[in-house]
Amino acid sequence: MLTVPYTTQYLTEHFADGDYTTLAGYERKGGYRAARVALTQMSPADVIQLVKDSGLQGRGGAGFSTGMKWSFMPAGGDAPKYLVCNADESEPGSFKDRILLERGAHQMLEGILIAAWATGADKTFVYIRGEYAQPAVTLQRCIDEAYAAGYLGANVMRTGFRHDVVMQRGAGAYICGEETGLLESLEGKKGQPRKKPPFPAQYGAFGMPTTVNNVETFSHVPHIVANGAEWFRGFGTEKSPGTTIFGVSGHVARPGLYELPLGTRLDEIVFEHAGGVPGGRKVKGVIPGGMSMPILPAGQLDVPMANEHLRERKTMLGTGGVMVMDETTCMVRVACVITYFFRDESCGQCTQCREGTGWLNKITNRIERGAGSEEDLAILLDVAAKMEGQTICAFADAAAWPIQGLLRHFRGDFEEHVRQRKCPFSSSFEL
Amino acid sequence: MVISADARARIDAEIQKYPHKRGALLPALHIVQGEQGHVNTDAARAVAEIFEILPVEVMEVVSFYNMFFDSPQARHHVYVCTNLPCSLRGARGLLRELSQHLGVDESGDTADGRIHLGHEECLGACAYAPMLRIDDTYHEDLDVEKAKALLDALA
Repeated sequence: MLTVPYTTQYLTEHFADGDYTTLAGYERKGGYRAARVALTQMSPADVIQLVKDSGLQGRGGAGFSTGMKWSFMPAGGDAPKYLVCNADESEPGSFKDRILLERGAHQMLEGILIAAWATGADKTFVYIRGEYAQPAVTLQRCIDEAYAAGYLGANVMRTGFRHDVVMQRGAGAYICGEETGLLESLEGKKGQPRKKPPFPAQYGAFGMPTTVNNVETFSHVPHIVANGAEWFRGFGTEKSPGTTIFGVSGHVARPGLYELPLGTRLDEIVFEHAGGVPGGRKVKGVIPGGMSMPILPAGQLDVPMANEHLRERKTMLGTGGVMVMDETTCMVRVACVITYFFRDESCGQCTQCREGTGWLNKITNRIERGAGSEEDLAILLDVAAKMEGQTICAFADAAAWPIQGLLRHFRGDFEEHVRQRKCPFSSSFEL
Repeated sequence: MVISADARARIDAEIQKYPHKRGALLPALHIVQGEQGHVNTDAARAVAEIFEILPVEVMEVVSFYNMFFDSPQARHHVYVCTNLPCSLRGARGLLRELSQHLGVDESGDTADGRIHLGHEECLGACAYAPMLRIDDTYHEDLDVEKAKALLDALA
């Protein structure tokens, strides 16, 4: 059973049913019927068009059009083509892919199968973070069941289509969630991201055309094939259709997993679904989409959770990981935790990132212990500006944005530390 | 033999799944470490031979990833998640209490080699905070007493 509060729509509808994690249970709920429809009644081009029409955007953080991404794969040809399922969920505040793997692995595999048909891929590599040892056991069992039932292998559903799925476990490196870092890791190397272009659709896994999609992105696909693009557009906003699973954590009464339409207001998620801050305390700030995304102050929570609206507030949906901080929270301590993470996880390849993440952490620590100066605030912004957009991958941006967000909305917290020469938030969470 | 026949057979089975042999390097390292507890230079040489790469290329991979170790380890690895969602719900205090309980630093081994205690970045259990990982198993929605009992039960 799910052990945290949750709300469901189509993605998680059957997740409370333990039977759904078995092939027989999944088939009883209509599982693999959409894949059969795609493989027997639709051309690959039809499937790509359908997914384009649905408006599905990638749920791994960047929000790029999934149908568009699939269309970048070269059609035909003799060379192998690959799909990669990014199950390296490690964005702090995000835990939706874990439940999709633990409770809906067959749903994800069915989405992979449909995507494989659409893109002509021979093989899918599912790269799952090393720490997800238990979900990996479940996933491998589901893969084995799918092979035994003829949903995978040399002759998928007796259509003559061949598709194999290989699971690889990562080994504890956040950067492998970046798609080209993942590809390097998959090839048995250090997970250091590649320069783009060439993009993975031209030169991906093992040098072959490759499409990388997130666990949740694949999981939406069977529902789109089964119910159509118009049905899918019935959820969410015009520009951001469908649902997503918001993972809510931090200072709320009911931390949990809430599957809701994109465009649901952030204050509705925080106060109605997650029950607001316990103990009668007020919200101070909310990170809306995983730690890489800039924070919003309490006065700006009336925003629909869709990128077209969040961008107006200088933040993004990211992975939908909603982290709530109450009025006791010291935002300099928050900055210390965030900068430590990025310093620890920088792959070290680009100077701006390797050095910049270290300096952001040193300076925020200095301010927290009361040894900072007014000038340090300017240095933080200067370092962040010199990291943003200057490196091979978006990791440096992800490290710079949260600091910019904290200084945009909570500069006063930093200034008070400098003025009082100590942390003025004695009841804040422990660092 | 540095790598057992069983491990070698499992590594060979992994290699079959990849278009280039080296794709199976991380799976192979998981297999070797699962058997030996770490990947030392002798094991790295043996792995390098299988993959037809240099030992230094194997060690480069071992040292890049947090979950691979190049030296003997305590019997159990206990990691408290201290990323933001867990810290907001008391993870740092939990780690401090556990380090005092075991009489080790917040990153250190017990003298009897039973437990390595440390902290780890986000483990994807944010709604179940605070939490910790013991080897391959998550323990969630903890308080100090529950966590101490878990540690005390480790052989």
